[in-house]
Amino acid sequence: MADILKSTPVREQDPAERARNFEEVCYGYNQEEAMDEATRCLNCKNARCIQGCPVSINIPGFVMKVKDGDIKGAYDVISESSALPAVCGRVCPQESQCEAKCVRGIKGDAVSIGKLERFVADYALKNNINPKTPENKNGHKVAVIGSGPAGLTCAGDLAKMGYEVTVFEALHELGGVLVYGIPEFRLPKQKVVQKEIDKVKSLGVKFETNVVIGKSTTIDQLMEEEGFEAVFIGSGAGLPMFMGIPGETANGVFSANEYLTRSNLMKAFDDSYDTPISAGKKVAVVGGGNVAMDAARTALRLGAEVHVVYRRSEEELPARVEEVHHAKEEGIIFDLLTNPTEILVDDKGWVKGMSCIRMELGEPDASGRRRPVEIPGSEFEIELDTVIMSLGTSPNPLIASTTTGLETNRRKCIVADEENGATSKALVYAGGDAVTGAATVILAMGAGRAGAKGIDEALSGK
Amino acid sequence: MYKIVKAEKLADLIYLMDVEAPRVARHCQPGQFVIVKIDEKGERIPLTICDYDREAGTVTIVLQTVGASTERMASLKEGDYFRDFVGPLGVASEFVHEDLEELKKKKILFVGGGVGAAPVYPQVKWLKEQGVDVDVDVIIGSKTKDMLILQDEMKAVAGNYYPCTDDGSYGHSGMVTTKIEALVNEGKKYDVCVAIGPMIMMKFVCLLTKKLEIPTIVSMNPIMVDGTGMCGACRLHVGDEVKFACVDGPEFDGHLVDFDESMQRQALYKTQEGRAMLKLKEGDTHHGGCGNCGGDE
Ligand SMILES: Cc1cc2nc3c(=O)[nH]c(=O)nc-3n(C[C@H](O)[C@H](O)[C@H](O)COP(=O)(O)OP(=O)(O)OC[C@H]3O[C@@H](n4cnc5c(N)ncnc54)[C@H](O)[C@@H]3O)c2cc1C
Ligand SMILES: Cc1cc2nc3c(=O)[nH]c(=O)nc-3n(C[C@H](O)[C@H](O)[C@H](O)COP(=O)(O)OP(=O)(O)OC[C@H]3O[C@@H](n4cnc5c(N)ncnc54)[C@H](O)[C@@H]3O)c2cc1C
Ligand code: SF4
Ligand code: SF4
Ligand code: FES
Ligand SMILES: [Mg+2]
Repeated sequence: MADILKSTPVREQDPAERARNFEEVCYGYNQEEAMDEATRCLNCKNARCIQGCPVSINIPGFVMKVKDGDIKGAYDVISESSALPAVCGRVCPQESQCEAKCVRGIKGDAVSIGKLERFVADYALKNNINPKTPENKNGHKVAVIGSGPAGLTCAGDLAKMGYEVTVFEALHELGGVLVYGIPEFRLPKQKVVQKEIDKVKSLGVKFETNVVIGKSTTIDQLMEEEGFEAVFIGSGAGLPMFMGIPGETANGVFSANEYLTRSNLMKAFDDSYDTPISAGKKVAVVGGGNVAMDAARTALRLGAEVHVVYRRSEEELPARVEEVHHAKEEGIIFDLLTNPTEILVDDKGWVKGMSCIRMELGEPDASGRRRPVEIPGSEFEIELDTVIMSLGTSPNPLIASTTTGLETNRRKCIVADEENGATSKALVYAGGDAVTGAATVILAMGAGRAGAKGIDEALSGK
Repeated sequence: MYKIVKAEKLADLIYLMDVEAPRVARHCQPGQFVIVKIDEKGERIPLTICDYDREAGTVTIVLQTVGASTERMASLKEGDYFRDFVGPLGVASEFVHEDLEELKKKKILFVGGGVGAAPVYPQVKWLKEQGVDVDVDVIIGSKTKDMLILQDEMKAVAGNYYPCTDDGSYGHSGMVTTKIEALVNEGKKYDVCVAIGPMIMMKFVCLLTKKLEIPTIVSMNPIMVDGTGMCGACRLHVGDEVKFACVDGPEFDGHLVDFDESMQRQALYKTQEGRAMLKLKEGDTHHGGCGNCGGDE
């Protein structure tokens, strides 16, 4: 056995190679590697890692099964708490959640909990290990709005309890951000996302795509005219923000949502699809979160030289550490402590560059991070043909504005109880990014689960 | 899947289809649009709702072939299916929410250019149904007589119907703007003008109506992707504000819209669109119906 302080390395696609394709970057563990890594877990009595996981997966429980080679048993343990392990094992910010708390991490590397979870989940997908289908329907009808992690989890949980569930999705594909936002090279669509959705379908959940609640019909109508007794809203936080600087409506300025949607959902990178994309030759991505990394690495794969322009320093980058690391390996250039002030436009209305100003870090602000302040006189210009704005998103007001009695807060988020998803409107529940603002897959999944519990309590009279 | 229950060629390059889409049919209002996707690999194509039958659960669209996707769409026949058909999107025309008695006092001028006649139709029809018809004038312009569409339908709902052709082959000879001027010179007064057509036409109508001090509403057709406010592709300047046409519009105060910017943005994918067209024409995917080669006749 190698150095016990070091985690078992995971095989990845060569950076130079993968910078030119959309295949998955990380290959994950095989069974031998997984069992090796599992032996590093100390099976702590008071397992701190569990506290770091938003849905409290019994981590030592499943890791010990992996250690013994009982992968199906490990999957059963994970399934008690998570409906989307193949997704979360890939995209959870483990370094700030479960793995951040692992005692192994105090001296050496934490146990690679995410990679182990992914291994177990992929094994289950490959071997068609499915959740049990419900034996009895209880006759209650529930509508779920949105097919992202929150909606999928809520629907799956309710179906397992015997509810008749229909999921309404505005787009033409199911999966929410998992299909339109997070790229193929990080989260394969056919191999992982589609299979997770198929599992929910196998529980008897019905799906209706191309239904925009608030337009095609409303929550009130679903309840009054179509016989749904309760509704769960998992509509996400999909509205892109822009900076409000001059030049932002020029040709060649895109929101990360548009760029990623064209590439992921509409498969613009695949020539056999009709969707066009303006890939760019020299691209700046403004922002530093997961979304910015995804946009940057997509542009790179479409053939561009890519700069990530972020106003704070590397330490404050909100993206997962693994994504930043991968982005650097692939050749993304980081222009840190830099803030755009204007997009420069040529006489045909196309981007030709960007004016920026250098920043330094001052006092901590409300978020606890040091506030970036401009350095006077440090303005400079960079030449570009494409700018991708990745500055965050906010919830779509479409549902709140068409539903009577649904309370929202100042940030346009739906107000809902954390424990059971209850909103200000009777029998309407909500969770995920629609409630918290842009957050994470695992939190959305947890909220979907809480919503299912809340709905069950209300409808079964518990 | 959404069944095409009727497919008809209205004029050169212009096609009408009735599509089964009960949810859209039940909830749509004049001014709104749908997004249509032919098959798995198709683009999401926005099209205005041109008519609807709430009982039958069908929605009428009228499309003009301008590129690869609309060509492909035009080759579809009665009994074929669209994979996706989502809507109604956008907000309804302002007058739908106006007080009916106030509305009846208004003199309204509609101006439609080319395929823009199609989106004008449900608005005029709606007004007729509400009993607001006497003071609704409709000007429809096209290049030539054969390209004027929905004439009978329009005559049946408009107070006055004024066809125009650029080449003078039918009706008033000249651009729609010259007809607006002629009517105003005859002493006609309008409280509001609704102009729908190519951006360049809407731009010139707005330049004129601004001079004539007639408030004008236009229906913008920028490039769209999702149509729900998620991507920002459809953004445009209306006065100082940036609006998303798919959720804030598509109808806006024409005197505030920055048409030059919007026209520039429409050209964003020109090169790739040209390539897609070439591929369609030369590849084995071409099954006729483009109206150019006569492959469908
Ligand atoms: C590019 C990108 C990368 C990310 N990377 C990570 C990561 O690495 N790790 C991580 O944990 N998180 C990541 N996130 C965040 C994570 O994806 C989200 O927090 C999560 O998907 C939220 O789930 P949700 O179910 O609440 O909403 P969403 O996934 O947004 O799903 C909402 C669904 O509702 C639909 N909808 C919206 N309005 C309506 C309506 N009116 N009617 C019907 N349907 C509607 C939408 O079309 C969508 O399909 C990333 C996000 C993005 C955009
Ligand atoms: C709200 C709205 C309502 C519309 N209503 C109608 C209608 O009733 N009848 C009709 O014939 N056309 C309508 N259009 C325009 C129609 O969507 C475009 O003609 C069509 O998308 C062109 O696609 P293409 O692949 O055939 O052509 P392409 O060769 O790809 O494009 C030709 C031109 O069409 C425009 N276009 C391309 N892709 C899009 C897109 N995704 N969204 C919007 N515009 C695009 C661009 O200006 C482009 O230069 C409407 C557009 C909008 C936004
Ligand atoms: S769900 Fe996420 S946080 Fe929880 S154990 Fe798995 S990887 Fe860690
Ligand atoms: S804290 Fe680390 S070592 Fe302890 S049980 Fe959790 S994963 Fe295993
Ligand atoms: S089309 Fe995407 S925001 Fe309007
Ligand atoms: Mg096209």
